[in-house]
Amino acid sequence: MRIGLDVGSTTLKCVALDEKGNIVYSDYQRHRARIRERMQAMLEAAIAATGQRRARIALSGSAGMGLAERMGIPFVQEVYATRLALSQLLPGTDVAIELGGEDAKILFLHGENGGDGLEVRMNGTCAGGTGAFIDQMAALLGVPVEEIDALAAGHERIYPIASRCGVFAKSDVQPLINQGARREDVAASILMAVVNQTIAGLAQGRDIAGNIAYLGGPLTFLPQLRRLFDKALGAQGVCPQNSLYFVAYGTALGASEEMDIAESAARLKEDMGQPYAQCAPLFKSEEEYRAFAARHAKTNMASPEGADYAGRAYIGVDAGSTTIKAVALDEAGRILLQDYRSNEGSPVEHVKAFLSAFYAAYPRARVAGAAATGYGEELVKNAFRMDAGIVETMAHFTAARAFEPDVDFIIDIGGQDIKCFKIRGGAIDNIFLNEACSSGCGSFLQAFASAWDMSVEEFAVKGILADRPVDLGSRCTVFMNSSVKQAQKDGASLENISAGLSISVVKNALYKVIRTANASALGKKIVVQGGTFLNDAVLRAFELEIGQDVIRPAIAGLMGAYGAAKWVQEMNLPESTLLSPEELAAFAYTVRTATCSGCANHCTLSINSFGGARRYISGNRCSRPLGGRPEDAPEDLYAEKRQMLAAYRPVPGRRGVRIGLPMGLNFYELLPFWHTLFTKLGFEVVTSGESTRETCARGQKTIPSDTVCYPAKLMHGHVEILRDMGVDAIFYPCMTYNMEEGKGDNHYNCPVVAYYAEVIKNNIRGDVRLINDYVAPHDERHFPRRMHAVLEREFGPIPFAEMREACRAAYAEYHSYMARVRERGQEILRKSRAAGVPVIVLVGRPYHVDAEICHEIDRLIGELGAAVITEDALCADVPKFATNVLNQWTYHARLYSAAKYVAESGDAGLNLVQLVSFGCGVDAVTTDEVRAILERAGRIYTQVKIDEIANLGAVRIRLRSLFAAVGKEAARHGKPN
Amino acid sequence: MENRIEFTEEMRKTHTILIPNMLPVHFELIANVLVQHGYKIELLKNEGRAVVDAGLSYVHNDMCYPALLCIGQMIDALKSGKYDLDHTALMITQTGGGCRASNYIHLLRKALERANLGHIPVISLNVSGLEKNSGFSITVPMLAQAVYAIFYGDMLMLLNNQVRSREIHAGDSQRMLETWTRRIAEECRTPRFATRFQKNLRAMVRDFAAIPVTDEPRLKVGIVGEIYVKYSSLANNHLEDFLVSQGCEVVVPGLMGFIGLMIENHLEDARLYGKGGAVLVASKVAGWYVERIEKKMRRVLIESGRFAAPAPFKTLCRLVEGVIGRGCKMGEGWLLTAEMLELIDSGCSNIICAQPFGCLPNHIVGKGMIRTLSRLHPEANIVPIDYDPGASRVNQENRIKLMLAVAREREARAHGASASAAEEAAVSAQ
Repeated sequence: MRIGLDVGSTTLKCVALDEKGNIVYSDYQRHRARIRERMQAMLEAAIAATGQRRARIALSGSAGMGLAERMGIPFVQEVYATRLALSQLLPGTDVAIELGGEDAKILFLHGENGGDGLEVRMNGTCAGGTGAFIDQMAALLGVPVEEIDALAAGHERIYPIASRCGVFAKSDVQPLINQGARREDVAASILMAVVNQTIAGLAQGRDIAGNIAYLGGPLTFLPQLRRLFDKALGAQGVCPQNSLYFVAYGTALGASEEMDIAESAARLKEDMGQPYAQCAPLFKSEEEYRAFAARHAKTNMASPEGADYAGRAYIGVDAGSTTIKAVALDEAGRILLQDYRSNEGSPVEHVKAFLSAFYAAYPRARVAGAAATGYGEELVKNAFRMDAGIVETMAHFTAARAFEPDVDFIIDIGGQDIKCFKIRGGAIDNIFLNEACSSGCGSFLQAFASAWDMSVEEFAVKGILADRPVDLGSRCTVFMNSSVKQAQKDGASLENISAGLSISVVKNALYKVIRTANASALGKKIVVQGGTFLNDAVLRAFELEIGQDVIRPAIAGLMGAYGAAKWVQEMNLPESTLLSPEELAAFAYTVRTATCSGCANHCTLSINSFGGARRYISGNRCSRPLGGRPEDAPEDLYAEKRQMLAAYRPVPGRRGVRIGLPMGLNFYELLPFWHTLFTKLGFEVVTSGESTRETCARGQKTIPSDTVCYPAKLMHGHVEILRDMGVDAIFYPCMTYNMEEGKGDNHYNCPVVAYYAEVIKNNIRGDVRLINDYVAPHDERHFPRRMHAVLEREFGPIPFAEMREACRAAYAEYHSYMARVRERGQEILRKSRAAGVPVIVLVGRPYHVDAEICHEIDRLIGELGAAVITEDALCADVPKFATNVLNQWTYHARLYSAAKYVAESGDAGLNLVQLVSFGCGVDAVTTDEVRAILERAGRIYTQVKIDEIANLGAVRIRLRSLFAAVGKEAARHGKPN
Repeated sequence: MENRIEFTEEMRKTHTILIPNMLPVHFELIANVLVQHGYKIELLKNEGRAVVDAGLSYVHNDMCYPALLCIGQMIDALKSGKYDLDHTALMITQTGGGCRASNYIHLLRKALERANLGHIPVISLNVSGLEKNSGFSITVPMLAQAVYAIFYGDMLMLLNNQVRSREIHAGDSQRMLETWTRRIAEECRTPRFATRFQKNLRAMVRDFAAIPVTDEPRLKVGIVGEIYVKYSSLANNHLEDFLVSQGCEVVVPGLMGFIGLMIENHLEDARLYGKGGAVLVASKVAGWYVERIEKKMRRVLIESGRFAAPAPFKTLCRLVEGVIGRGCKMGEGWLLTAEMLELIDSGCSNIICAQPFGCLPNHIVGKGMIRTLSRLHPEANIVPIDYDPGASRVNQENRIKLMLAVAREREARAHGASASAAEEAAVSAQ
């Protein structure tokens, strides 16, 4: 007999085969991290079922490797095991897609050009698109995983959801839920994200075609997932019998060493692993814990009077990402009624219930103000006709001040977001939000708690008196899963893991989100809030890590709502517009979706109706569907630049050759140069145009490195567009050097901008004539000769005089374009200053102007009432200056110059916002320096990370907080948005 | 840089210069060349989680892993209490290329500032004239000797790699490596050590060849990648040890390739962009000088009849033609692609491409080229592995194990085994 055990990240699979290869025993279980016990039980069950005492045994699976080594049982790499199983059970398979708990794989069983080469793609440092991801999303929707499938079956449409990372996906799903999108559609969109992730992230340029097999848990249990894969691949895959057991089956096939089954099972008991790395315990003794608890009990709030309260009342609602918090305050700021619950995807119903409860409990109270904040602010505010919506950061600041008037640092750790800000001079000064990472959040603890079937509170409490907390460091949730499993294998108790996780929540928040080097210098008066801090273990870990005591209000979880109520109280409104008890009783809420036809974006709108004519539209990227007029918007140099570049149209040329230029990276700004050069030489120049979602989708299959920045990924689509237009040649040169502007120590392009053409050349398919020589247009003397040689090689003789003339015209056009941008920028700045309109310098790279790349953040800024200019409009006026970094890239030098300009302007109405592409390594250098330049002058630095998914919600918070900090919010608040 | 703390002439006598470790043998030798020229040098050897944590605390977490480790190692050392902080300086390389790595020195200074160690002078080790210090200057003899030191390092690394996986008595090869490192390090302190180059090399070959080894075949696995992650066991989770434990012979291209790349870049810039002048002349001289020593080293290896010699740098230049332009020079540039091609050409088609997570040049020259390499060489079996502070070792090793399983199956098949026997071979050797 042969036994194969597949020890996965979340499940355990066992298969026993008789000598003919027939399955005589099989089992599949979620192991909930109790790997050893379950394995032992399985082996014993195998003996019982088969009556055999000896077998050839082998282990496989992500959690099986270390175990196999220590137990002296042979290990079979799991992908290889799948391949063995496939050749037995499903010969003729070309591609197998296997999704597991924490991993996703594609196996190509043949080489790309035929042959026997096995090629495998596994998810590496990213766990998007796995079973754990689906679990997490199901929890977010508040349904068991199985129900996701049933829901998805009834979908009508698919929303775009970030396919790269579970964290991003979550921040896409949450707004959808909050905006009231249909759950069926959300469910299907989640599955579609898995499909996209698998295809985009793993296939890396290879076509998934031929006979396709679907393996592993998610694909076995979710027929809809298979259907979406079929659709995306344009194929009909099969999910074979025993699709759960392929790895275990292959492992059994690969098992060669015969051993006593019971003895092996017994060895599992002995395997206690190595000692794990540990941290100091949270409390040295129970007394210490009691003293700690007593100190924090001081923030308990006085209880209010009873149901006959007849004064003014203020309502605050914080519709957060995963929870909804609501309070009603009396005039003295005491809490009359409070609520804190998971929003389960429908904030509106919960708020309705809260308001009804309030009206019922305090029939004599008079509501004098109601305000909403948080992710669902707009929806809730509109649904219940509240008086104001305020940005979360202001709400939290207002609340914290009530507990510590001199607060100088606030940290709020919620379910899936972290907000921290410094307070300087009574204003919010510096904001940190977690955008790229959720590992320091409450949901992180939640995920682990549920692995042990516990509530997060129960789970966290376990760690308080742990003697040897596991040292898990600060790292991504996904990696943490394997660290925790490792610790378990090494014998860490639940208590010590719980404490270790609480400590790592704090470390993640401090070192990954705030990125502090010196935890003891955050502030002197620190207020901590957010539901996660209600866990004493987390609170204690935080105090220990920063080495000082902090204030945790007893209502830490309600601070957003509390702050909103306090804020609206400070507004001193004559009366509130909130729905009356009667209106509330008649309140009916429905939501439907529609596609906006206002422009080419075709935004998907969620139309929320609240009974009568009242409704609220969300999902829009601009104000057109709301009846706003674009001509009222402040001036926007981003939009103007797009128009300027679009004006470079194809001109039929005497050579009859069409040259295609991909519109991205180094081409974006140099279009005037190249367009003129080729046009003058008699070529017809066509561009691939502005990027769209479609551009991204088209190129997706040929992207070899899925961690490269989004602007680079788009280049694949641009080149494919040009190829399909049938141009005669695509010109996409490599450019180590960019134009020399004399502001830095060198004038490089970043490695990706410089050489991405090489990636395109080596990965694009089909018949493409790609000219990707290395050229350096900064050297006006040498460039014509070099370019002449390149073009003569490609297109035959060109008189050199013609070349020289074309180059002269190209340089002239480029300089004139740059001058126009500068002049317009200065003009906008002048006019806005005169009119008292705030101005944002939206700095980034020239190609960030592309509407798809920046998600039209310029327009969002316009809607918030500020004009937008670009960095290159300012930097010519700043003389070269010394920076604390090596200033060696042309585009990045402009960032420093623009920051310097803002820092020295002395104009509070002029502020800088930096756009950073996720995955941009160079910006790890520039962001700190830009921040330093601004902060030395006492100015606020704001950073917006952008990616393929538009999470404008977080961007809005940042921008509104910025405006609030510079004092504009005061004039705006209370006005309907 | 405003108000940079200079390393003054006086400090040369009073200060100990700490240098981060990337390659234990090479750096030990280079350190001793510097000692010969009158500097007090200490090569850092501290490792482990404390180094990573120091890096995480003081360096922007989106910076590449090598920056984190390099700077983390130095800060961790300074905070260890082992050094007199008023008489300690740091040294770090700066290539001046278009990669982020040219900024390490500035990030180091920022980190020192934040760690209240801002008074510690940092010396930039560069040949492109980026930063100068009155107390430290790179001289032509020093450079010439450093080249020899690097060749010695490459030689020892190569011999050790070719013997280690086959040694009968565990540790023999390592001990030999240490003995020779000590011996050459000693010689590096005298100016005339270069003259004994060939003699020494022959002696090394003799000594390593004398180590008893088995005839059992070993699976050859090449390691290429970002320079620091490729070489540093701190960064790559002791990748070489892991491969040896899996019964593989490790093939790691030498450091000299990188020096060759830096020289070649100037020649290529001249070809592409018409840059000339003193730099071009100096580069030509340097190229000639290095090639001469390379020939000597190869001759010794070829004469040995036992050890495989790496391809000459000129061959590497030729191999990338039609695949990637030699103008692609940031980071490891085209050299990384060339090294993969050379490995495949020399019969080592199983390759690990090690890079820091999000490494910019490697998007291009590593992952970006694999497709073409597989098309040109269907036998290529390349696995890219990302390293960063959070990456799990289990995951990395698992991916490598798969690459090894495929390699073993192919090898068995190449030796005429049937399909099922080949599969058996792939599994049983795990």
